[in-house]
Amino acid sequence: MNENIWILMSADAIAIATTLILAALGALFTERSGVLNLGIEGILLTSAISSFLAADASGSIWLGLVVGTVIGAVLASIHALLSVVFRANQIVAGLALVIFGTGLANFLGKPAEGKSITTVIKPLSFGPLSDIPVIGPIVFGQDIITYFAIALAIVASRYLFSTRPGLELRATGDDPATVDAQGLSVARIRIRYTMVGGALVGLGGSWLMLAQSAGWHQAATTNGLGWIALALVVFAGWRPMRIIFGAVLFGFTLQLPFTLQAEQITFIPSAFLEMLPYLATLIALIALSRPGSRNLLGAPRALGTPFVRDER
Amino acid sequence: MRKNHIKGFALATAAVFGLLACGGSSSSTDTTAAPVTTDAAADYSMLKAAVVYIGVPDDKGWTYQHEQGIVALEAELGIEVKRVENVPEGDEGEAIMEGLAAEGYNLIFATSFGYGAPMARVAAKHPEGCFEWATGAKFLLTKDAGGEYATFGDVPANLGTYFGAAEEARYLSGIAAGAASPTGKLGYVAAFPIPEVIRGINAFTLGAQSVNPDATVQVSWTKTWFGPDTEKESAESLLAAGADVLAMHQDTTATGLAADAKGAKWVGYNSDVAEAAPNAWLTAPTWNWAPYYIQTAKAVAGGTCPTDEYYGSMADGMVTLASFGTSVDADTQALIAEKAAAIIDGSFAPFQGPVTDQDGKEVVAAGAKPELLDLLGMSYFVKGVIGSPKG
Repeated sequence: MNENIWILMSADAIAIATTLILAALGALFTERSGVLNLGIEGILLTSAISSFLAADASGSIWLGLVVGTVIGAVLASIHALLSVVFRANQIVAGLALVIFGTGLANFLGKPAEGKSITTVIKPLSFGPLSDIPVIGPIVFGQDIITYFAIALAIVASRYLFSTRPGLELRATGDDPATVDAQGLSVARIRIRYTMVGGALVGLGGSWLMLAQSAGWHQAATTNGLGWIALALVVFAGWRPMRIIFGAVLFGFTLQLPFTLQAEQITFIPSAFLEMLPYLATLIALIALSRPGSRNLLGAPRALGTPFVRDER
Repeated sequence: MRKNHIKGFALATAAVFGLLACGGSSSSTDTTAAPVTTDAAADYSMLKAAVVYIGVPDDKGWTYQHEQGIVALEAELGIEVKRVENVPEGDEGEAIMEGLAAEGYNLIFATSFGYGAPMARVAAKHPEGCFEWATGAKFLLTKDAGGEYATFGDVPANLGTYFGAAEEARYLSGIAAGAASPTGKLGYVAAFPIPEVIRGINAFTLGAQSVNPDATVQVSWTKTWFGPDTEKESAESLLAAGADVLAMHQDTTATGLAADAKGAKWVGYNSDVAEAAPNAWLTAPTWNWAPYYIQTAKAVAGGTCPTDEYYGSMADGMVTLASFGTSVDADTQALIAEKAAAIIDGSFAPFQGPVTDQDGKEVVAAGAKPELLDLLGMSYFVKGVIGSPKG
């Protein structure tokens, strides 16, 4: 047992988890308002390349993060327009957003092919704390966005369950008619949180680009993380705190095949481990697309259903 | 990613059935050195050439290297070659090739293994065109009941294949790696468990062992041709396990960047991309496709479609070694030059016996050289490789 390998793996698992936490929180806010946005993967990709182009042109990774975040919100607003204003089928609209986002990202990425960013988001330095064996590299070896993502999940939990706007958000996802009767605009709340969700996904995509990839690799840049984020929300039961643990677990699983190869542990076929996160995602997406199983899992009761006042 | 998965799947499937599977990437920037005779009087106006790329020409890898060959072809013949980028293998690729043939393109190159079957179907429908399949294999490597390699399937008469003996340059790059490794622990970020990749790992290992008999090569499979994040994780885990030199097979520089970050050394593949990580760079096995593209185009213009299975080597210049990094000392460079000369004149081959596999069984007898078909179907790891050739 080589402890270097396992420390590296744990630190990497948390690093991978950052994108997952941000994207899953984005999906969670969107879904808590009753809107199902399957277009996360498309938003992640477009935000990633946008952040690359902005950071490359300006020389500022922070501007890259801002641009990627804004682009995420803009793309999500397309979904909000289709599903809230035009009451389109949200599954179809979300899938269209994946295709559109992927195509747009590849188009925008054309000039970035073969280029890389030299300045990337670096891990914070905690001085002597970072040198503590084992705990140092895992707990004190991350960058500011990773800590921000974890803090955000904690804040989101408080917001959702202990504040009035959080209550309104949950109510909009569970029982929009009552919210409407309270004199609040269901459409406005849904559009707002769909865009907030898109912004968080955009931040996740930007971080992935600026801290991890540092170059445009087409669809391999995100490698399906957007879909995993959607599954994560289901497994977390639409609760922010659980997303942190789920994201680290998924990050761990995605890293495990390489760790086992480096450790020369061969009794578990690596192909089986590589499949696991995507198998879990497949199951979650099937559950998500069926109203019956959705309710069983504790989804917002009006998830995926357009609100029409006249039908009350 | 999806496309690369499909490519990988096709390759893995092909390997299962004992096909020659090929993918990867290559490079030799020295396309001007192509030994080509200029024939200013020739008229190439009847030639309409197109190339179908699996990736994009700027990938600094496989497709980039083919692009260099195509650019050289355009310059040499004064024609314009139609490029189609990012073409998926399978039905979509077939539609694109069919479209090109229908538009009157009479010379079509396809740069990935997975284009084979679609290309063969298009070629059969367009006997007037000439079709060239990179990394392809018309013959199959399934052994029949008598232990002989058997060929089957109808291959259109207007389809040729081209590839080369990357293992020769792999061996030389292994010498550079073995000499640059104080610990003798090398790592290999491997793509898919198919004969082409396995052959490369073995040749690299034998090269390293020629300067350090105790050298070991630990293999980590990524199951990607193009998956920078996966390759980075794979590379980091090998470095954490103690490797101080990393080699790789994929079309990205991810392994090099990971090695550089940890102060380790890097043997690339495909293209001479020393500038990606100059401190880590040792060298890389690369390709020069220009001579083949030029001679094929000239043959087609002259009315002949080359349909043999072209297998290039260092001797004809299709396989080359990239520039050396500063960590490769003069003695090592001289040794590599000496071995390269021996490979080119035929007095030495990377898999010259005795070669033993991981279990200590002799797979190539002392002094013997394996048959080409045995190389193309290679499914074992040589002694000193840590990991499983099954992925």
